[in-house]
Amino acid sequence: MITILETAPLNTVQDCGRPGYRNLGVGCSGVMDMLALQAGNILLENQPDDACIELQTFPFLLRFDASVSFAVTGIDADMDLDGQTLLPWSAVTAAAGQTLRIGPPRTGARGYLCVAGGVDVPVILGSRSTQLRGGFGGLSGRFLEAGDTLGIRPGGAVCAGYAVLPPSVALKNGNDAETSGVMTLRFIPATDYQLFTEQSRVLFQNCEWKITPQSNRVGYRLSGDKLQLTKPVELRSYGIVPGIVQVPPAGEPIVQMADANTAGGYPRIATVIEADLWRLAQARIGSRIRFQECSYEEGVDAMRPVEDWLENMRLMVSRYRNSSIRRESGKSGGKK
Amino acid sequence: MVLSRGCTGKTVTGPYILNDDMTDIQERSISLSGQKTGPVGDEAPIISMIGTRAMLFEAPGDFTMAHQRRIWALIEAAESRSDVQELVPGVTNLMLVFTTPPKDPEQIAAWLHHAWDTLPERHIEGRLFEVGVQYGGELGEDLHRVAEHAGLTPEEVISIHHGNEYTVCAIGSAPGFGYLHGLDPRIATPRKSVPSLHMLAGTVTIGGMQAGISALTGPNGWNSIGFTEITLFDPMKEPPALFAIGDRIRFYPESIVL
Repeated sequence: MITILETAPLNTVQDCGRPGYRNLGVGCSGVMDMLALQAGNILLENQPDDACIELQTFPFLLRFDASVSFAVTGIDADMDLDGQTLLPWSAVTAAAGQTLRIGPPRTGARGYLCVAGGVDVPVILGSRSTQLRGGFGGLSGRFLEAGDTLGIRPGGAVCAGYAVLPPSVALKNGNDAETSGVMTLRFIPATDYQLFTEQSRVLFQNCEWKITPQSNRVGYRLSGDKLQLTKPVELRSYGIVPGIVQVPPAGEPIVQMADANTAGGYPRIATVIEADLWRLAQARIGSRIRFQECSYEEGVDAMRPVEDWLENMRLMVSRYRNSSIRRESGKSGGKK
Repeated sequence: MVLSRGCTGKTVTGPYILNDDMTDIQERSISLSGQKTGPVGDEAPIISMIGTRAMLFEAPGDFTMAHQRRIWALIEAAESRSDVQELVPGVTNLMLVFTTPPKDPEQIAAWLHHAWDTLPERHIEGRLFEVGVQYGGELGEDLHRVAEHAGLTPEEVISIHHGNEYTVCAIGSAPGFGYLHGLDPRIATPRKSVPSLHMLAGTVTIGGMQAGISALTGPNGWNSIGFTEITLFDPMKEPPALFAIGDRIRFYPESIVL
């Protein structure tokens, strides 16, 4: 069991999300940064869909009430276990009673506390993710609070002593121009792209968009310039998925994220490709982004390095664990 | 990325429009602002990719039950596809979410086109819900605004509102929220420019040409004309949503406060 000792609002239990219920008006939810959850679950030999705690506010303090292995992914931050400094993206085993403190991130915006076995909350409509709007899933459908306790599913592996490179390093591409401080996100033009003026289409790619404080798990509101349609359109409610970029009448785009509603009605200019959504999930309020067009094929191919990175990680973790198990059994004089 | 084919079936122009041209899109923006709908095949649907894993099919023409029934037929056909993870019906449109990015989106678009052109309307024998409404009062505070906009008395608005039978076209936007067809155009009222910040779940509403019952408590730009006690969504129930597509709703006044 875990006891939350200190937390601000906005931190929730999430897993890979709740697909399959959009036709009932239930959004997908799930972690904003899927790579961070996948990496954490691989580090701990969990199932890919095991639930974690998504941290959006810091510091976060918790006590492990029983010995358990864990990993903090998604961010680089000061963190310690009973005063002992820890590395992010690494597997660590806590003893019963130890306290983990996770400070504000140095890089990234959302941290993921994964535990071996996964966080145990009831599965509702196929997922443990918190559905804030509907008020269900996760822990009673709400943000975590100090004093909350969370169960951990039994049977988790015992892991420690290894780490992985964060995707910001491992998946660095030509688009990550660190010096300019502007994150580039690739997009595929969406349904109404051609309904925008040519100037607006150019502007969409040339503008450095700022992520406004009105940004959260539902969507990011951007500011920078005004995009205009050649003439007004009245759209009927249509289904939306995370990554879709809509332009309300005021002209400043909104990127829908993990807690997106299932339906929308604003003109759609673009969709950020799935392979870049984790980057956006780690972009902070106030930071700047730029959109770069790609083809459908490029959008599909962009997932390959992500999948290779995860597959390679699976392989490395299992090799490391097998060899360390052999060493352990060697030390204790052969098989039990 | 727009995949839809124009009426001539001719292919290509430009990098994003694979086999459509500007003409169709222009026509579409006109048709969306309420032009007459021709018989089948007069206008082509618009099919576009939303990223790499979702495809949106949008029917041409007006929001009619005939069109919505053809969307329902499309749902049934698409349910048999093994590559589909989720089907999300909207108002005269359908989003397909795939388990993995399709290798050949154009081929699926062609399949959708063919299904749209050939499938008959799907009639769903939905259940009839009789929903008692407390009209007006604090929980229906926009009743007077609607009446004023319509140039009618509040009594007339109420009687027109419960005079029609409504059909659930699609569920979406919030858990269990039904998009209803059947609002009498006389009481259609634009959404409010300043939304109510704390509208209760169960509020009976009018938003433009649509009637609704709000599913969640929270900010809402639709006009409230009354309130009902029914719960539209319970995640612990099976099925969790009270309404399903094809269900019919009749409102009746439980009480009226003017």
